[in-house]
Amino acid sequence: MKKLMTLLAVSGFAVAGEASADYALNLTEGVTELSRDIHDLHMLIFWICVGIGVLVYGILVYSLIHHRKSKGAVPAQFHENTKIEILWTVIPFLILLGMAIPATRVMIKVYDTTGADLTVKVTGYQWKWKYDYLDEGVSFFSTLSAKSNEARQMGSGIDPATVDHYLLDVDHPLVLPVGKKVRFLFTGGDVLHAWWVPDLGWKKDTIPGFITDGWATIEKPGTYRGQCTELCGRDHAFMPIVVIAKPEAEYREWLAAQKGTAVQAAGEPATSQEKPSDHQPEPPLAAAGSSEATSPAPAIGEPLTQEVAMTLGKEVYESHCQSCHQANGEGVPGLFPAIHGSQVVQGPLAAHIQLVLNGKPPLMASFRNILKPQEVAAVITYQRNAFGNSTGDLVQPADIATH
Amino acid sequence: MALHGSYFLPHKATQPIIGSIGLFVLLAGFSNYLNGSDIGPAMMWVGAGTIIYMMFIWFAAIIRESLGGLYNHQVEISFKMGMMWFITSEVFFFAAFFGALYYCRDLALPWLGGDTPGTGIDSTHQFLWDSFKNVWPTNGPAHIGGNEEGEFEPMAAWGIPAINTLILLTSGVTVTWAHWGLLKDNRRQLIIGLALTVLLGFGFVFLQGVEYHEAYTEMGLTLGTGIYGSTFFMLTGFHGLHVTIGAIFLLIVLIRSLRGHFSSHNHFAFEAAAWYWHFVDVVWLGLFIFVYWL
Amino acid sequence: MSVSAIHDDHHDHGPAKGLMRWVTTTNHKDIGTLYMVTSLIMFMVGGAMALVIRAELFEPGMQFVDPMFYNSMTTLHALIMVFGAVMPAFAGLANWMIPMMIGSPDMALPRLNNWSFWLLPFAVLMLMSTLFMEGGAAAAGWTLYPPLVLQTGAAFPFTIFTIHILGVSSILAAINIIVTILNMRAPGMTLMKMPLFVWTWLITAFLLIAIMPVFAGAVTMLLTDKFFGTSFFNAAGGGDPVLYQHLFWFFGHPEVYVLILPSFGIVSQIIPTFSRKRLFGYSSMVYATASIGFLSFIVWGHHQYTVGMPIEGELYFTYATMLIAVPTGVKVFNWISTMWRGAITFESPMLWAIAFVVLFTLGGFTGLMMSISPADLQYHDTYFIVAHFHYVLVSGAVFAIIGGVYYWLPKWTGRMYDERLAQLHFWLTTLSVNLCFFPQHFLGLAGMPRRIPDYALQFAEFNAWSSVGGFIFGFSQLIFCYIVIRCMRRQGEHASDEVWEGAGEHGLEFTLPSPAPYHTWETPPNVH
Ligand code: HEA
Ligand code: HEA
Ligand code: HEC
Ligand code: CUA
Ligand SMILES: [Cu+2]
Repeated sequence: MKKLMTLLAVSGFAVAGEASADYALNLTEGVTELSRDIHDLHMLIFWICVGIGVLVYGILVYSLIHHRKSKGAVPAQFHENTKIEILWTVIPFLILLGMAIPATRVMIKVYDTTGADLTVKVTGYQWKWKYDYLDEGVSFFSTLSAKSNEARQMGSGIDPATVDHYLLDVDHPLVLPVGKKVRFLFTGGDVLHAWWVPDLGWKKDTIPGFITDGWATIEKPGTYRGQCTELCGRDHAFMPIVVIAKPEAEYREWLAAQKGTAVQAAGEPATSQEKPSDHQPEPPLAAAGSSEATSPAPAIGEPLTQEVAMTLGKEVYESHCQSCHQANGEGVPGLFPAIHGSQVVQGPLAAHIQLVLNGKPPLMASFRNILKPQEVAAVITYQRNAFGNSTGDLVQPADIATH
Repeated sequence: MALHGSYFLPHKATQPIIGSIGLFVLLAGFSNYLNGSDIGPAMMWVGAGTIIYMMFIWFAAIIRESLGGLYNHQVEISFKMGMMWFITSEVFFFAAFFGALYYCRDLALPWLGGDTPGTGIDSTHQFLWDSFKNVWPTNGPAHIGGNEEGEFEPMAAWGIPAINTLILLTSGVTVTWAHWGLLKDNRRQLIIGLALTVLLGFGFVFLQGVEYHEAYTEMGLTLGTGIYGSTFFMLTGFHGLHVTIGAIFLLIVLIRSLRGHFSSHNHFAFEAAAWYWHFVDVVWLGLFIFVYWL
Repeated sequence: MSVSAIHDDHHDHGPAKGLMRWVTTTNHKDIGTLYMVTSLIMFMVGGAMALVIRAELFEPGMQFVDPMFYNSMTTLHALIMVFGAVMPAFAGLANWMIPMMIGSPDMALPRLNNWSFWLLPFAVLMLMSTLFMEGGAAAAGWTLYPPLVLQTGAAFPFTIFTIHILGVSSILAAINIIVTILNMRAPGMTLMKMPLFVWTWLITAFLLIAIMPVFAGAVTMLLTDKFFGTSFFNAAGGGDPVLYQHLFWFFGHPEVYVLILPSFGIVSQIIPTFSRKRLFGYSSMVYATASIGFLSFIVWGHHQYTVGMPIEGELYFTYATMLIAVPTGVKVFNWISTMWRGAITFESPMLWAIAFVVLFTLGGFTGLMMSISPADLQYHDTYFIVAHFHYVLVSGAVFAIIGGVYYWLPKWTGRMYDERLAQLHFWLTTLSVNLCFFPQHFLGLAGMPRRIPDYALQFAEFNAWSSVGGFIFGFSQLIFCYIVIRCMRRQGEHASDEVWEGAGEHGLEFTLPSPAPYHTWETPPNVH
């Protein structure tokens, strides 16, 4: 029964470890009322289970030690006892009742998304998150940071230990105000994902075609990290979530800055050249509001030159298409078709545009509401003239808008 | 219970392995076909042929053993119980599709259509499908399938479906009448009853074919017509398949009756076919009410 | 031809010779052996996949496999372990033991019995072949959730049809077992005299008949959604991806009890024998099993606490799920009371049974924690769940199976296994299973999601331990293979007919000779 002792010791250790927070062994207490309630509930049921465990295992061990044949034990003859059997049916039932009541209370609280101060719509895509600040007209994509992304490639030769927040860092974190009730609306753009930041206390699935919701009032400024927790395909492990909670005033500032970039970016497609050094996919389009809700009539923009189209197209490709069609445009056999030599890409333009705008559910998302016409034009131009394709076509935003 | 000494145990069964291979080839062929590979159809023919052959030799063995008097009462009980539990499993198979129908009509569509105000889920309608009204029958917010305008005509209950209901109910009566005949050792009644049942069964299948043809060619209603088309054709299609199997089963029983295989106290095959037929009948009533009528 | 003449034809002849014996056999012991051997092989295959998973997870960073292949590995690992290893092992035990335990000459429908077995290798063949197809094997998890599963390449229809074949196989086996138990008992063997293993299998078989068709129906809808344009799981057409989850878990939850109820039965056979005492609370064991079976149908939503169902559903599923702890507790208490004031010895089967009680209960506790819906909003889809289900599946179901094999192996082969090696096997396995799965509790609570091939640095340490544990566990099973093969090759000491001291009191099978003859109970025993 050494095993048993070790188990109990380790469980005890688990709880002790809670104190020294740097070595996470237990559920986080988190930074919201919900997460604390849930943590408390967790500890309550944990201790009840430990209690029952000690009792049950204790009796078992006692019996194993004292009722051994080698100790000369003679088997007793009893084999039922109605009273005790009723007792050990009723007592667990009552214990369960004791757990069900607080559980119900907390669950009702979790579901109360009314009276929110602001609403953020979260859309899960393969493999990035899109955040829409519904009342603010700000919207952007959030993907795994370039450093982590580089290090996580097989044979990258980069030691993950040298990467800050390996796999838990993104290019554009979600910024939220402290002390405000934030309501989240979740939906999926292609397959199921789930949005989970442990410090907020819960996770929620994002379901294509449906909206689910949740809420959080973050109490402490800080950076909170989480991950997608519903298997969503090849890069499921690589779509983290970062929430930065700021005091109200700083949040306002950030918001204003976002709106600024959005306006700026819309007029100047090639802003990303500002940051050439870290080849982080810093798409101007991502920072820009490209949501259907925020920009009702997206500006078609200036006609593109071949050169601008190819530069912008490459960026769009890298941030939106490459995860499936691959950096070299060869795709993944049997899963994602190659762009190189594709019939669609080399064929009539209309079909190519249709495909990108409408997608191919459930295989490829529709990009109509993700990209702006000039971005679609650019990426199509790029695909038709890169990876060994050379149609020479130059697609204009106006061609897209007419589809 | 219990005359174990004479419980018949078959030996050297070759049918199952043939059946397994047949099923494997059939389904691998079907997969290949779905994947667009050319060898698919050929494999499917071979597989299906093998399965039919397997059924033939399996039933032949059972008939031989049964006529040889090898089956005592206990064996017959095993067969009966086996058939009963098999039908139970079929009930659950249909339950899955009825469950899908119920879920979509009573839960998913109201959520999509915004009929559940005050719940978080109502946002689904507000943000994603605000022009969608939940009226059954529907092919969903995006009007999947249907004619060019995404429209379709639902199947009315009081045309062919009502006739088909009558047909199946009548066939339930005729098969019972045949059974009475068998119990009284009245061969004529048995054979006429069975023949009528088989005719009614195939009549049902024929009418359903007509109905499907009309749906596909004139009503814009196909398997791909949103959730209505999906549930409609899945439920009625699998039911139709079961009617066909049941009718073939009854046909075999009819042929065996003509050859005088059954007696008033030894006719498991007849009973099995009759039970199966009643099961198909009951499922149809469910279909008629929930798929066509309500 | 008179009845007796035909019968005599078949009388007393032993097994046919050669390969065809196994292909065409209708003998319950042969079929039982086929099932058990298949199960062991599939345990290796599924285990090898688990080791691919553990190797990749040994340290952070992508080392060995593509993420897509990793996902295929978790998917196939689970499907193979559940449908290829554990269920066939139970079917094998049922075939071997049920007729011997209830005093029947064979299973009620022997030809069908052969078919339910022989469908299995073809299903497995089909599933394994998908590994070599364009786009790789299915990689959407064993739950096969749409829309993700619809992105599967050429493997897709093959995976679906594998499940159909497995379904047919399980349903036929279940029908056979029910009919055998209800129709083939020896005179005097009333239902409430049946050994608990028989009882648990009877209820398991009912579960199978109800759930496998639903699973088959659900995957059929996947197939038509992909290839025939239906909209069952597509909101645009009026369906709902979550509908699939409801159908899957209506199957999936009872399925996990399919994997544990026969284990309860095995443990209920072993503990009384080595406590030298009658099973405590026989009738409450039967009622508890039936209650678990019933409850298992109405709790499926606890796998979907995060899909955003209405709060009423959320709470209902919470309460219903918690209730399962009550009958399960009754079983645990009964086992302990059986040992209480017994005369316990610690032969291998007993060790496995005791470890089962301890570790299964531990897994049950975490299950109970997860049933509390608000808390599960944190636990869901993390390694906490992975820890939970491996405690109940590996140190639960697999331990019970291994214990059962040690318990009955001497009866099957007539040889005693090597007790010292068996003890070594037990201790290595038990220690390593905890090393492998216990740290996963911490990982889950600390925030590591499941189904990921690579993880953040703070999870590195426990993952390394877990991988080491997994590899020790895996290689310890080679000892088991050696022990079993030795007995099968008729090496080792002869076993007595009773095998275990006083075992004859606990089951009809121990009143038969060891090894059990090819045909048993051709004249039914007298049961009193
Ligand atoms: C053999 C298989 C098996 C068994 C027996 C169980 C048993 C239980 N399981 Fe488990 N479960 C799985 C296999 C199993 N499970 C699998 C495979 C999954 C994951 C599937 C996937 O997503 O891939 C899963 C997932 C799973 C979830 C979903 C988690 C999630 O995804 O978020 C939940 C949630 O409620 C759950 C609960 C339970 C409960 C309450 C029991 C109960 O039956 C446990 C009852 C037992 C006890 C409680 C211990 C003994 C009792 C006492 C000593 C009495 C006194 C005790 C008290 C009053 C507390 N299980
Ligand atoms: C009965 C079912 C069962 C069994 C027995 C096991 C056994 C094991 N499982 Fe598994 N597992 C599941 C059912 C089971 N599992 C399920 C349902 C899932 C969820 C899948 C999903 O998410 O969809 C899962 C998922 C799962 C994961 C999570 C993957 C992920 O989420 O990314 C992990 C990770 O550690 C794991 C590990 C193991 C290990 C180490 C064993 C070990 O116990 C196995 C040990 C056995 C061996 C290693 C074989 C021994 C033989 C040899 C070593 C010989 C060498 C081999 C040859 C010569 C061929 N399993
Ligand atoms: C989540 C994965 C994914 C992403 C991201 C993605 N695609 Fe695709 N794409 C696919 C799949 C899968 C197909 C094959 C669809 C089919 O089978 O018809 C495809 C097909 C195509 C084709 C047709 C190729 C052919 O020969 O059939 C083009 C062109 C294309 N995608 C362009 C794009 C562009 C442009 C983007 C980004 C703006 C993009 N894709 C992003 C998955 C993706
Ligand atoms: Cu997105 Cu997992
Ligand atoms: Cu469950």
